[in-house]
Amino acid sequence: MALDQSFVGRSYPPTAPYEVGREKIREFAEAIGDAHPAYTDPEAAKALGHEDVVAPPTFVFSITYRAAAEVVQDPELGLDYSRVVHGDQRFAYVRPVRAGDRLTVTSTVEAIRSMAGNDILDIRGDVHDELGELVVTAHTKLVARAAAEES
Amino acid sequence: MAATRRYADVEPGTELPVRTFPVTRETLVRYAGASGDFNPIHWNERFAREVGLPDVIAHGMFTMASAVRVVTDWVGDPGAVVEYGVRFTKPVVVPDDVEGAVIEVSAKVGAKLDDEARTVRVDLTATSAGQKVLGMARAVVRLA
Repeated sequence: MALDQSFVGRSYPPTAPYEVGREKIREFAEAIGDAHPAYTDPEAAKALGHEDVVAPPTFVFSITYRAAAEVVQDPELGLDYSRVVHGDQRFAYVRPVRAGDRLTVTSTVEAIRSMAGNDILDIRGDVHDELGELVVTAHTKLVARAAAEES
Repeated sequence: MAATRRYADVEPGTELPVRTFPVTRETLVRYAGASGDFNPIHWNERFAREVGLPDVIAHGMFTMASAVRVVTDWVGDPGAVVEYGVRFTKPVVVPDDVEGAVIEVSAKVGAKLDDEARTVRVDLTATSAGQKVLGMARAVVRLA
């Protein structure tokens, strides 16, 4: 069933602040096998001009996806979450995420399309720091596969 | 931000060093914990097959994170990434053995975008088992 087009343009309230910790960044960098010192050594990060250790570019997805999931699971939208796969992902950075940031995400439904029975949902997540400054915008395309494909 | 790669030294077509990234089931468990993405298609073979997949598959975001390392290591500063986007075209299938899977990433400078901002676009290609796993993979980075 086609999704309700009136959801396009709808924004959701900002999420509760997520505090970025040095050890969480270290854990994430280790999980992707990336030994770049800017992720773990504050002095190395400062030498590159950063205030504290920075997070790998895709780290912020853990935060934006949690916010996007609220949109996807909005009962009014009526999307079947169990059929959702990740289609595209894009980030536009104002600056890198760094330890000490307190980040909130505001999600907006940018587009809803139906193609070959699949529902395609574009969600934008604007990530702001504690001063209200934009840090990064995440563009996430989710595809809910047609139910008929599953049999 | 302080990239160490100089804008003046690169040209469209400049190739970045090719890299390979091994992925085992252990890698996926570790990534699930660090990222908070516990979807069972990334660790439970029975569940993955039930939903029509050939086997457990890697997190798309793990592949995305691996691919950009080619760029951040080349630039010298991960904070120099201005934009990064991919399309997930095929899953990286990770069998339950010691080798697991391998993601191979190559990249080249697609264009010099802005002489003043010293930004370049890097086009990435990521394959696993001979299949292209990312499409439209591009990063914009600010060089020195």
